[in-house]
Amino acid sequence: MNKISVIIKREYITRVRKKSFIIMTLLAPLLIAALVVLPPLMMMNSDKEYKKIAVIEDGPPVFKNVIQDTKDEDFVYLENVKVSDLKQNFEQAGYYGILYIPSDMADTPNAVQLISKTQPPIGLIEHISGDLEKEIERQKLLAYNIQNLDDILKSIRTKVSIQTIKINDAGQTTETNTGITMALAYISGFLMYMLVFMFGAQVMRGVIEEKVSRVVEVVVSSVKPIQLMMGKILGIALVGLTQFMIWIILTMAIVGIVNTTILKDTKISNVSQNITQSIMSENQAAQTAQAAPQVKEITPELAEFSKLFDNAMNQDWFLILTSFIIYFIFGYLLYASIFAAIGSAVDNETETQQFMLPITIPIIFGLFVAIGTMQNPESSISFWFSLIPLTSPIVMMARIPFGVPYWQIIVSMLILILTFLGFVWMAAKVYRTGILMYGKKSSWKEIWKWLRYSG
Amino acid sequence: MSLFEAKNITKQFGSFVALDNVSMSVPEQSIYGLLGPNGAGKTTLLRIINQITGPDHGELFLNGNKLKPEDVHIIGYLPEERGLYRKMKVGEQALYLAQLKGLSRAEALKRLRYWFKKLEIVDWWGKKVEELSKGMQQKVQFITTVLHEPKLLIFDEPFTGFDPVNANIIKNEILFLRERGATIIFSTHNMGSVEELCDNITLIDKAKTILEGSVDEIRSEWAANEFDLVMNGDIKITGNGKYDILSHQFENDRSTIRLKTTSDIATNEILSNIMNSGSIISFNPALPSMNEIFIRVVETRN
Repeated sequence: MNKISVIIKREYITRVRKKSFIIMTLLAPLLIAALVVLPPLMMMNSDKEYKKIAVIEDGPPVFKNVIQDTKDEDFVYLENVKVSDLKQNFEQAGYYGILYIPSDMADTPNAVQLISKTQPPIGLIEHISGDLEKEIERQKLLAYNIQNLDDILKSIRTKVSIQTIKINDAGQTTETNTGITMALAYISGFLMYMLVFMFGAQVMRGVIEEKVSRVVEVVVSSVKPIQLMMGKILGIALVGLTQFMIWIILTMAIVGIVNTTILKDTKISNVSQNITQSIMSENQAAQTAQAAPQVKEITPELAEFSKLFDNAMNQDWFLILTSFIIYFIFGYLLYASIFAAIGSAVDNETETQQFMLPITIPIIFGLFVAIGTMQNPESSISFWFSLIPLTSPIVMMARIPFGVPYWQIIVSMLILILTFLGFVWMAAKVYRTGILMYGKKSSWKEIWKWLRYSG
Repeated sequence: MSLFEAKNITKQFGSFVALDNVSMSVPEQSIYGLLGPNGAGKTTLLRIINQITGPDHGELFLNGNKLKPEDVHIIGYLPEERGLYRKMKVGEQALYLAQLKGLSRAEALKRLRYWFKKLEIVDWWGKKVEELSKGMQQKVQFITTVLHEPKLLIFDEPFTGFDPVNANIIKNEILFLRERGATIIFSTHNMGSVEELCDNITLIDKAKTILEGSVDEIRSEWAANEFDLVMNGDIKITGNGKYDILSHQFENDRSTIRLKTTSDIATNEILSNIMNSGSIISFNPALPSMNEIFIRVVETRN
């Protein structure tokens, strides 16, 4: 046992000291944090570059001032200007582009043109077509001579946003957000795939390194091959856990900072607890703005972000993190033992190709099922693949954010652990023979023979 | 008394027989040579002695007791395929390997200092292994093999990769270790070192022991009926029914003749036959080199 700890220590320390490890450990959460923090920062940043767009209409001014200015774009309605005149020099005149509306728009709605030097953003196009459609609709309704048409239109226009609320067996409810749950499912599934594959491959590379450099025979005269193999696998597991723990701590710190600085003033958390209050996010944001009058600039976007943030915090993080760690440990151990066996069977890394298939197929398959899970977490394919050990770490992690009965998680973990024990036993047999075989082209048949050699 | 004994060791890999009923007995404080052509099974036998693999049949004894897993602490093994972690520093690496042999960190440090000084590689302590020449690496490996002062030392091809100067240093260290009480088994293709170092040998070919015993005995056994004769001048001697001429060389006005007796004949009788042909400078029983014995034994089997 003491010797295993000497091996674990070496594997751990040589890896943790590497520059690549330190950079990766510190950089990854910063990148994630940047993804999380930058959007609201950009929303708060009001001095954006305005785009001026010239609106030119052929014929009578039917659509004058129909298109609303947005916070990014101003629409300037030009009368008595020909498109062909402005076409040449609209940039010098300070315009981003020209919106050309032909006459009899109502009959030929496809003839509208937006002329610009660069490809206009999709948001701008949708904004323009939306406003034009609304106006055409209004004008067509107008033709029916309905009284108080404007008021009627205003009152029938309603924006619906559905709030999803999860209820558990105890009757407690939590406000959730499908988008966030999906994102979380995707991130945990994908992260699991990445970590298992990354650290598993490190085991394989370590084994090959020892074999190629011929260290292995020196070491196995002091320790049993299985001790060397397990020492390496466990040492790298600790490296993975260290990295993951640092990521969690750094992420929590960043989340804490975001919560106390950027979102401090929105105080949206109090509001969003009250699920009966409002179903319209705009209204809610407006109320929040009133609730905190000392803050002037709470844009609806920031309020929306804050709400998403709260929804994200409503996830069962304890369950997600504990299951992630358990699935990572045993999923990694399972794959790492296969990786170790493969590493022992080959003479260099290029030879590993032929043996990688049984690893990559289930792991990629797991990833596909995990992606499908996001569309339909209750499907039977998701259920079964979250129990099958080679795919369960990835698929189950994608299911957990949607809510999974505990018994399924426990059964899936037990199957995983038992499979791991079986695989380690076989891997050790292959490894023991493989590490001492040089220059022999190994094949599946050969490995099968090694499995049956005695001590 | 023998320190180490292997009895009837058999090992198979699938249908391939690597060792077939091989036995050997290594007296305490002796140097034992394990010889044999490539692929004879030497490395497999050494791996079995080191408990890296287990035999299918047969038993191993150390100091009269059955070999146990804990015995790795009193065995030192320098494998033929030996290497070090390329990216690791020399000192750290030596410490690591010493700790795997069960030495405490402090004790390992103390002994490493002694050996690094002795082999004059102190300056290499903080260098990475990949910066070392092959001979330097071999010195480090030699140190890590002997550091825990094992009673039984096993060297697989210890001299490959060394220049003559360093090979000599290692040779002297091996003799020094024996003086201090260690028993040494080594395998080699270098027959010169066998004559110089080994007390006893075993020759394995195709998984079987084909020659075994003390080096001196084996050499005189194989030399029983061959003689080297040196005479003045270019002298031709022809064999008669009692002896054959194996070779004849004329150099510096001297003839060197090797003859082999074909039947029981007293040396005096040979001499009296030859005396008339010219003046004899010397007449000695020819001890064949281990190299010759090796080649002859292996070739006659084939």
